Amino acid sequence: MSDIAFAPAYPISIPTREILPWAVFAGLILILAVYFVGAEEGALALVDTGGVIHEFVHDGRHLLGFPCH
Amino acid sequence: MMGNLLLRGMIAGLIAGVLAFAVAYTLGEPEVNYAIGLEEQKAIAAGEDPSAEPEIVSREVQSTIGLATGILAFGAAAGGIFALVFAYAYGRATTLGARGTSALLAVAAYVAVVIVPQVKYAPNPPAVGSGETIGARTSLFFGLLVVSIALMVLAVLLARRLWAQGAWRAGITAGLAWLAAVVVVLLALPSVKEVPADFSADSLYRFRMVSLAIHAVLWAGIGLIFGALAERLIAASPRLRPAAA
Repeated sequence: MSDIAFAPAYPISIPTREILPWAVFAGLILILAVYFVGAEEGALALVDTGGVIHEFVHDGRHLLGFPCH
Repeated sequence: MMGNLLLRGMIAGLIAGVLAFAVAYTLGEPEVNYAIGLEEQKAIAAGEDPSAEPEIVSREVQSTIGLATGILAFGAAAGGIFALVFAYAYGRATTLGARGTSALLAVAAYVAVVIVPQVKYAPNPPAVGSGETIGARTSLFFGLLVVSIALMVLAVLLARRLWAQGAWRAGITAGLAWLAAVVVVLLALPSVKEVPADFSADSLYRFRMVSLAIHAVLWAGIGLIFGALAERLIAASPRLRPAAA
């Protein structure tokens, strides 16, 4: 009797070494995108556009529930 | 494989973002406009001229293309991060297939990313919230967001560890442990009470419900659309197809 018969039938997973580089680089850029929609030129600012970024995404920021003003 | 999966996550996020924008525009904008009207009324009552303040971005732009940009960018980013988490969870966190894993992950994300942070720091329309506390409120909100995601991950790990004792027992134990930890964190964090006394309770309630609805549409969309897209990709990948099938 093989072990496989008792093991739960998990689908074949994607190897971690394949995920990691994507998770680090893409993850960083995507989190930066969330930051620009959610917090840029609010509590802190990476670029100074005189509030244009903040004002442009203003309604989305409020409606998505990020702290604003 | 990973690049393709990430792309599919971002596409799912964009499509879900379009649906979420429809909710935000039709149900959310009236509440935003009410709040801005109240803000201007107060400025006039205080003897100021609201039109004297330079408008950096017009209301017209803010409520249409600005809102769409904000929600679509957030949707695409959330979809991308979702795909990365899915890549790790698939075949590891549950025995479910791609669509099941994706749907379950979307529910977990909605609870961890939306419900838990919003229970403590509810979304506020303009005119609510003082400019002086934005630093503290931002730190508290993002701090809670990170803690909430960590607690969800720990709960899933605990459930996985107890799984051999039976799914019900594992689920209920991990669920109660998660709930207890969340309650402790929410009680420990300082509250923010900045709603002006004359702000319409009805409008505030609607605003907060709409915010939950926008996220519900967004995350349900991501979970279902990405699940379908990921399943096709995985089925087409010789490496990930079970040998027996």
